[in-house]
Amino acid sequence: MNGTTKPVLSDDHFTRSAGKQLGLYALLALGVLAGLMTLLSFLASGSGGGASGGAIDVENNSITITLRQEPPQLDSGRSTDAASFGVLGHVMEGLLSYDKAGRLIPGVAERWEIREDGATFWLRDNAFWSDGKPVTAHDFVFAWRRVVDPETGSQYAFITYPIKNAEAITNGDLPIHTLGVSAASDTQLEVIFEQATPYFDKLVAFITFLPAREDFFKSTNGRYAADADMLLYNGPYVLTEWVHGASMRWTKNPYYWNDEKGFLDEINVAYITTDVNAKLNLFKDAQIADTDLVAPMLPEAMERRWHIDRFMDGTVFFLEFNHREGRITRNKNFRRALQLAQDPSELVYKVLKEAAYIPAESLFPSWIQGAGDLFRKQHPPIKHQMNIEKAREHLELARIELGLDTWPPIVLLSGDTPVSTLSAEYYQELFKRNLGLELRIDLQTFKQRLAKMTSGEFDIVLSGWGPDYDDALTFGDLFSSWNLNNRGRYDSAEMDGYVRIAQSELDPVKRMQAFAEIQRLSYEDVVVLPMYERGWSFVVDPRLDGLIRRTVGPEVDYTYASIKK
Amino acid sequence: MWSFILKRLAQGVITVWFIATATFFAMHNVPGDPLLNDRAMTAAIRANVEAKYGLDKPISEQYVIYLGNLVRGDFGISFTQENREVNDIIREHFPVSATLGILAVLFAAAGGVLWGALTALYRNRMPDYLIMFFVILGISVPSFVIAAVSQLTLVGVNSALGSTLLPVAGWGTLSHMLLPALVLGLGTMAYLTRLMRSSMLEVIGSDYVRTAKAKGLPAARIFTKHQLRNAILPVITVLGPSIAAITTGGFVVELVFAIPGLGRYFVQAVQQLDYTVIMGTTVFYGAFLVFMVIVVDVLYGFIDPRVRMQ
Repeated sequence: MNGTTKPVLSDDHFTRSAGKQLGLYALLALGVLAGLMTLLSFLASGSGGGASGGAIDVENNSITITLRQEPPQLDSGRSTDAASFGVLGHVMEGLLSYDKAGRLIPGVAERWEIREDGATFWLRDNAFWSDGKPVTAHDFVFAWRRVVDPETGSQYAFITYPIKNAEAITNGDLPIHTLGVSAASDTQLEVIFEQATPYFDKLVAFITFLPAREDFFKSTNGRYAADADMLLYNGPYVLTEWVHGASMRWTKNPYYWNDEKGFLDEINVAYITTDVNAKLNLFKDAQIADTDLVAPMLPEAMERRWHIDRFMDGTVFFLEFNHREGRITRNKNFRRALQLAQDPSELVYKVLKEAAYIPAESLFPSWIQGAGDLFRKQHPPIKHQMNIEKAREHLELARIELGLDTWPPIVLLSGDTPVSTLSAEYYQELFKRNLGLELRIDLQTFKQRLAKMTSGEFDIVLSGWGPDYDDALTFGDLFSSWNLNNRGRYDSAEMDGYVRIAQSELDPVKRMQAFAEIQRLSYEDVVVLPMYERGWSFVVDPRLDGLIRRTVGPEVDYTYASIKK
Repeated sequence: MWSFILKRLAQGVITVWFIATATFFAMHNVPGDPLLNDRAMTAAIRANVEAKYGLDKPISEQYVIYLGNLVRGDFGISFTQENREVNDIIREHFPVSATLGILAVLFAAAGGVLWGALTALYRNRMPDYLIMFFVILGISVPSFVIAAVSQLTLVGVNSALGSTLLPVAGWGTLSHMLLPALVLGLGTMAYLTRLMRSSMLEVIGSDYVRTAKAKGLPAARIFTKHQLRNAILPVITVLGPSIAAITTGGFVVELVFAIPGLGRYFVQAVQQLDYTVIMGTTVFYGAFLVFMVIVVDVLYGFIDPRVRMQ
């Protein structure tokens, strides 16, 4: 090499002076960077939010929280998602709402009456909009008519179908003023039913039934509920700031009537992120008041002696079969074989290991109310016993009935979340081991999975169902032949008969018996294989009282929350 | 020079048109559509929603309408953020991503050039080995790991100090930007360091440096005028594409640090098949990338006159 022939001293000298020069440049670069950052931060201010007084601010009586997702918009007539429900549950109030224990309590309606042919709601005279004007029956008529209006394109229009003419209006067959709802006076709302709907009180606590005021709606020129100032509020809090994708500010509504709700002066949504680890870090840094905990975080949480709570979010997950003509899974012996060869408790306790999950025993989750007591207590589901020997017998019967020599691969359609992937792999291994069946896993993103479920491109699908309202029917009508969410196309006259009784029977005891029959049939006819009921572990800052996690209604409810004195 | 710029711009427009067309048809060929939801819709409800978004028209007609709107710079309304225009989403969230990206690139460029020069000066000695070790680490560890680990470290530091040194997540002030920008720029910094090192080594051994030394020029002057200036050229070449890559690729860092940037919308749109947002963000990012490459080509002409001559 050339370099080696040079005197060492000169080389060192060069390196030293060049190094000094480099150090100078580094200092210069640091200075320029610092200057630029100050400039940038000046330019970027206003596009953020974030800055807050920590998780609990005793002085200002406010707290800071995160949202998992930003609501797409807050128009209750078109909302379909949990994120919107979470926010709307704090800033709006329907005819009825929920108490701390999840029971229905009066909201805007002071009292109500459900009859066979309709319902009447008497509204309180001290319910106000956030501009000080009273909430009237007309606001509900306007809002509900909007939902069924074909021009609104509301995806949840179907939930209003118990109201007279709702379906015909959505289909474009009748004008919207024919909807069976009217304001007898400012404080009296009359509803006429299409058919008897004994659970209508539970229905109206849902977001689709929230009020909207016509004159305000028209003044927004099609931007209704797109921004904080584009919505009128009647709940315990008012949305005073909404920086899209970044932050929100909920401020106490001075016009709100109920002294039992809304104790905080301000709730500051400073972060919107789905990243549970980032949320945990924020919680540890005392920047947010509560956070969810997933299985790997539990040991550390216990080490830190946090008070870990859990709750069921209401969703039941199950293996749904494709009952369409020509599918192997249409064969009952085949389905029975799979049923006998598995036990959901193994999946929950040995595979998923999420502390807040419980093995599902039935299509109806454990929290569903029956007539007076829990449905689960009054009508316990059939005790499932795993029996591999019997499973193989049924499989052999199925093979003969179908006239097959060997089993072709069975397509198991699954979502791509970590829990579904893990479950799918578990079932693949389980049915291979116990029955010698080859399962081919078809992993798809959320929308693609739905597309394939709808078109029937699967044998078995990992599926789930969450409640819309607090009544057994939200699960009970799932496998009626006309329900579009019955994506496996299960079709049985017996099931349809029980669902019809469950829909319109006025005697609560007889109605619950119909649900018990649906539960029995879904096990005996192996409509689905229940997997687990989903729950969440979470931790709340010990200085905060009264935070509620709900199964039905807004999932995280701060309306009863207050700072400990 | 002007005809060169004009030619590059024309090529750029064609590239963007191609991106738009390919994305449009690829997107419509993915199974499923943005209207699919947990709750199935009746045919009538679905028809109402389709009509609202113009999805009831044939694909070819949708394409023509789409191109027409694109020329006018209107990307339409988001399917999932139902009351927001895609233009608004880009306008509100791109500046955040851009701010973060520019900072990250500045970190990367300044760090890359300085560390690269340093390792070349002290080649095969302790500083060289030490820095190159971190460079390999920076290149091979993915950014979501670095992001998570650095956030966790910050939580530890904050709790040890008993006060908030830097915020753990969020956006709005200078202190919010520092850590995410560093994390985002780290990979590029490592890459640039290596590039700078090898290019510097090449220059150090060149004839004109030896001549300069023989002439007795001061060391600092040789270093700045002859070595740094020549060695920096390849770094500038890759800087343009890196700016675009960093600005558009910050999704993971944005997620971990809860930063309201455009990256989140870009990725979510693809997951949720939000047609208008996919088209808007893809075309916007595509145009941005093309533009950055053109800018670098033009800049290169100023820095190295030889390029202009050709």
